Amino acid sequence: MSATATRPSTLDTERNRRSGRRKPNSVLLWIAEHTVLVVLAVLFVAPIVFVLLTSFMSANQTLTASLWPNPWDFGNYVRAFTQVPLAQWFGNSAVYAVLATAFMLISSVPAAYVLAKIRIRFANTIFLAIIVAMLLPPQVTIVPLYVMWSQLGLTGTLWPLILPNLLGDAFSIFLLRQFFLTIPSEYADAARIDGNGELGVLVRVIVPMAKPGIAAASIFLFFNAWNDYFGPLVYTSENPDNWPVAYGLAMFHGSHGTDWGTTMAVTMLVTIPVVIIFFFAQRTFVEGITLTGVKG
Amino acid sequence: MTAASLREGRDNTQTRPSRPIRSRAKLKRTLVVWAMITPALLGLAIFFVYPLLANLYYSFTSFNLLSPPEWIGLRNYQYLFTQDPRVVTAALNTLWLVVILVPVRIIMAMAVAGLLVRAKRASGLWRTLFYMPALVPPVASVVAFVFLFNPGTGPVNQILHAVGIPGPLWFSDPALAKPSLVLMGVWVMGDIMIIFLASLLDVPRDQYEAAALDGANGPQRVRYVTLPHMGPVLLFAIITGVIAALQYFTEAAVASSVASGKTGVSVQLSQVLGYPSDSLLTYTEWLYVRGFSNFQLGYAAALAVLLFVITAAFLFVLLRRFKAFTPEGRS
Repeated sequence: MSATATRPSTLDTERNRRSGRRKPNSVLLWIAEHTVLVVLAVLFVAPIVFVLLTSFMSANQTLTASLWPNPWDFGNYVRAFTQVPLAQWFGNSAVYAVLATAFMLISSVPAAYVLAKIRIRFANTIFLAIIVAMLLPPQVTIVPLYVMWSQLGLTGTLWPLILPNLLGDAFSIFLLRQFFLTIPSEYADAARIDGNGELGVLVRVIVPMAKPGIAAASIFLFFNAWNDYFGPLVYTSENPDNWPVAYGLAMFHGSHGTDWGTTMAVTMLVTIPVVIIFFFAQRTFVEGITLTGVKG
Repeated sequence: MTAASLREGRDNTQTRPSRPIRSRAKLKRTLVVWAMITPALLGLAIFFVYPLLANLYYSFTSFNLLSPPEWIGLRNYQYLFTQDPRVVTAALNTLWLVVILVPVRIIMAMAVAGLLVRAKRASGLWRTLFYMPALVPPVASVVAFVFLFNPGTGPVNQILHAVGIPGPLWFSDPALAKPSLVLMGVWVMGDIMIIFLASLLDVPRDQYEAAALDGANGPQRVRYVTLPHMGPVLLFAIITGVIAALQYFTEAAVASSVASGKTGVSVQLSQVLGYPSDSLLTYTEWLYVRGFSNFQLGYAAALAVLLFVITAAFLFVLLRRFKAFTPEGRS
């Protein structure tokens, strides 16, 4: 509706903007705005630059005043793996994040489909419970959950953080449901008339059409698992063999004095997988948004 | 509803011979549908409803995991509200984050979104650049900031020193530890900024033109066109921001342990939480200390009940105001 309303005035806007450019006032404004942008951009990039530079400094050099590596020391990235069981921690993180994501998909995609496309009893109550479960701080339920997992003998491992995903993840169900709602019901109805059961409709029609939404939900859960600190602290803090790498990074620094060089190398190593996944997935997000025509 | 049942009734009379097959197919469909949603329902029951109820029960008990819970009535709550030596400090620190961190992040995110919406050239590059820090794992960004701001060799104090300003102690100064975390919170404001930017790009241009024709100047246009349009997104950001601040844990805990220099397998986290001088001790950290370091699980449950009540109040507002969070909401 707003699109049709703006169309007649597009020409005026163009004219205004072009004539506006000529006024010295808006030239000054343009310069001021871009100066602020550039200064802010430098401030936002600086932390990453300093972390990266420091990760190439020797332990001795990090204690001096110079901010530029001299000489460049790439050994921090190797030493980090020998000082702590970093490879094992990366493995733990990978197992945690991959299994949690896979389990979430198995349980949450069907649940989100039912909530989005099928009228069932108590749908409102179920949806409300999912919203509250997703927004509630994890600390509210941590005491009974810890008691439960310790009775099952699984504290000290990452299973208390992985297994619950087999029974649905509230945020993922919410996100997937919102995405499924944007798929017109006519597609599902047509598939039903063709003789598909609900499982057939989900697998053959909804899932192929909702790939970007499913990718988005997977990435959110993967990142949450990869970044998790509170969960591993509660369940695995006494058992370093089972630490994920983000938790290991928080514990890394003090055990070896103030070796900022190695610490910054580990900081980079923990961050890089997330950045790589984001850049590969960025297109999926954009595709998902343009394909379905939803925004925000 | 009545129309549907009427139609169904007519169908039944018209196609009587096929009725058993139809109802069997219907039964099968119902079973499939419930099979699809049952795991999620079990999940809600086991990991949400049961823990809420069990937590309420534990809050009336003395419980250390070794012996069964012992009913002590309201003693935990009595201790919480009248005797606990550090709970007031912890609650005030969390309140400080709600009152300072949340608005500062929102104002900065709004300002950057406002600049980005006007940057026509290389807009994608600018957006990625300001969003990137939000991607960094929280533990990594805290470790990075404690390094950047470390008093001895940190780049920030080096630069301050070069221009002749004596650098403060930042994460080791009780007065500056929380503000230092706010600086980091601003650095990772990309998640809110992206939502604001999408909303700003949505404001119909003609409304600005109409306002300009009516003689509205820049600030007035922001006040009467932009802000009303942004209202719902802003309220959403405020409430989810407050809920996030109420559970603030990771950033404060990692900052305390890295800045104190006492980390590692042998160090109990509870010994360093709050460093320096309890200035970073948040409410959820205190819950963690009582429950998982002192193993006073009954008392930790009472702290959790209080956290639940406060969070629920904000949740209530959110649910009342937002269509997306109601079953009928379509966006």
